[in-house]
Amino acid sequence: MRWVNIRPGRRNSVLLGALPLLVVVVAYLFASAARHATNPSDKILPTPAAMVTAMHSLLVDADPLSGRLIFWADTLASLERLGLALGICTLSALLVGMVLGILPAARASFGGLVTTVAVIPPIALLPVLFIVFGLGEAAKVALIVVGVTPFLIRDLADHVAALPQEQLIKAQTLGASSWQLALRVALPQALPRLIAGLRLSLGPAWVYLISAEAIASDIGLGYRIFLVRRYLSMDIIIPYVAWISLLAIAMDVALAQLSHRSFAWAHKAGR
Amino acid sequence: MSELLTFKNVWLEYGEKIVLERVDLGIAERSFVSIVGPSGAGKSSFLRLVLGQEAPTRGLILLDGKRLTPECGPDRGVVFQRYSVFPHLTALRNVMFGRECTSAPFTARLFGAARRAAAEEAEAMLIEVGLGDALHLYPSQLSGGMQQRLAIAQALMARPRVLLLDEPFGALDPGIRQDMHRLTLRLWREHALTVLMVTHDIIEAFGLGTRVLAFDKRRIDPHAPHRFGATAVYDLLLTRKPPPDALHPQGGVLRLTESVIPSTEESL
Repeated sequence: MRWVNIRPGRRNSVLLGALPLLVVVVAYLFASAARHATNPSDKILPTPAAMVTAMHSLLVDADPLSGRLIFWADTLASLERLGLALGICTLSALLVGMVLGILPAARASFGGLVTTVAVIPPIALLPVLFIVFGLGEAAKVALIVVGVTPFLIRDLADHVAALPQEQLIKAQTLGASSWQLALRVALPQALPRLIAGLRLSLGPAWVYLISAEAIASDIGLGYRIFLVRRYLSMDIIIPYVAWISLLAIAMDVALAQLSHRSFAWAHKAGR
Repeated sequence: MSELLTFKNVWLEYGEKIVLERVDLGIAERSFVSIVGPSGAGKSSFLRLVLGQEAPTRGLILLDGKRLTPECGPDRGVVFQRYSVFPHLTALRNVMFGRECTSAPFTARLFGAARRAAAEEAEAMLIEVGLGDALHLYPSQLSGGMQQRLAIAQALMARPRVLLLDEPFGALDPGIRQDMHRLTLRLWREHALTVLMVTHDIIEAFGLGTRVLAFDKRRIDPHAPHRFGATAVYDLLLTRKPPPDALHPQGGVLRLTESVIPSTEESL
C-alpha cells in the first residue's frame, strides 16, 4: 500500500498525536535526571518535584508584599488584557471589515490604509504606544489591538468581497437594500470566517501580550517569566509556559466549538 | 399579448470592445425566450443588461414601457447556473428571504403572524417545486438539481415580471435536467411567467422556448475582431410545442412560422 493511502482511524489518530508529546516529556525527564545525577543543585532542567514545590508557594501562599496569590493574579491580569484586546479587535474588525468588503467605494478609499498599517511590525510601535498611552494597561491592550486588528480586517474584507457575485445579485432581485444585504447575506457568512481569523490570531496576540508584559508591567504571566529569569528559576518558567500553552489551546478549542455550534452550515462537508 | 420588454438600438461596449450592437427586439408578455449562440457572443451580457447589472452604452431598454433602471430590482428574478442560493439559510429561510426584505426594511426579519404567513407561503412554493421534504435542510445538503429548484422557488416568491435563467441546468445530469425542464414549463404556464433563458443546449432551447434568439456577430473584421458586436441574428418564433415528455429523445416536431434570417455576412 502506498504511504499516502495509509489513514489512521479515529482512536489511532489520538494515540499517534499523543505519542510525540509523551516522547518529549520522557526525554525531558531523562535529561533532567541525568543532569541532576552529576549536579544535584542543577537549575536548568528542574525535576518535576522541584517544579511542584516552586509552584506550590505561588499557587496557594499569598505574597507577603501584595497579599495576592501570585499565580492566579498573574493569570487573571493577563487574561483580562488579552480578553479586552481581542474583544476590541473582533468588534472593530467586524465593523471595518464588513464595510470594506461590501462597499467598493470604501474599499477603494481605505483598503490602502489598512494594508499599510498591517505591514508595520507592531513591536516596533511599542515605544510609541508607551509614550502615547503611558506604561499602564492601555499600552499593553493597544499593542495587541494594533497587531491583530489589521490582519482580521483584511481577512474579513477579502472574504466578504469574495462572496459570489451571484448571491448579491440574487438578493437584490429579491428586493434587498444595501443594509439588508450586509445584515442578512454578508454578516452571517462573515462571522464563521471572523472566528477562524481570531483563532489564527491567538498566537500573535499572546506574543504581543508577553512582550508588552516583559517590558513594562508589575503583574502578568509574561512579567513573571521575565522576572524569575534573573534567578534562573526554570522551575517556575516551565510550568508558566505550559500553563500559557494550555490557556491558548483552551481558547482555540472554545472558539472552534462556538463556530461549530453557531454556524453548523459553514462546517458541513462542502460539495 | 402586449410587449413587456423592448430593446431599441441597444449597444454595449467596454472601451474599444463592442460586445452587442444594434439590438432591436420586443419581447412579448408570457413568452419563453431561449437565447443561444457561441461562447463570447454576448448572451450573458444581454442577460446582464436585462438584469440591470450593466447599463447599455447606447440605446434604450424598456420594461412595461418604462426605462429600465441599471440596478437589479424585484421586478426581475434570476437563477444562475450556481451560487444563487444562500448557503447559510435553510431552504425555507432562503425562500422567505425576499418577503422578509420587502416587509421589514430595517431588521429584514419577520416575527409572529407575519412570519407564519410568509413561512406558509414559502412552504407552499417549496412543495410546488418538489422540495416539500427538504424545508429545513441547508443548500450544502441538497443535490445540484434540488439547489436549482430552490433557486427557482426563491425567485418566484418575489413575483418577478421577467424571470431570467442563465444556463440554469448546465451543471445538472441529463436525467435531472429533464425533470427540471418539466418543472420549468409547468411553472411558466401556471404562474404566467415571462422567461428569458440563456442556454448552450439547442434541444433545450427549442424544447422549452416559444421563441429562440441566436446571438452572433453579423460581421467580422479579421484585423480587429473586437470592433463588431453581436446581435440577435436569428429570431425564430415557435408556435406548436411538443408535449414536454416528447421533448427529450430527439426533440419533437417543430414548425417555424416566422424566421427573420439575415444572412450571416461574410467578413469584410
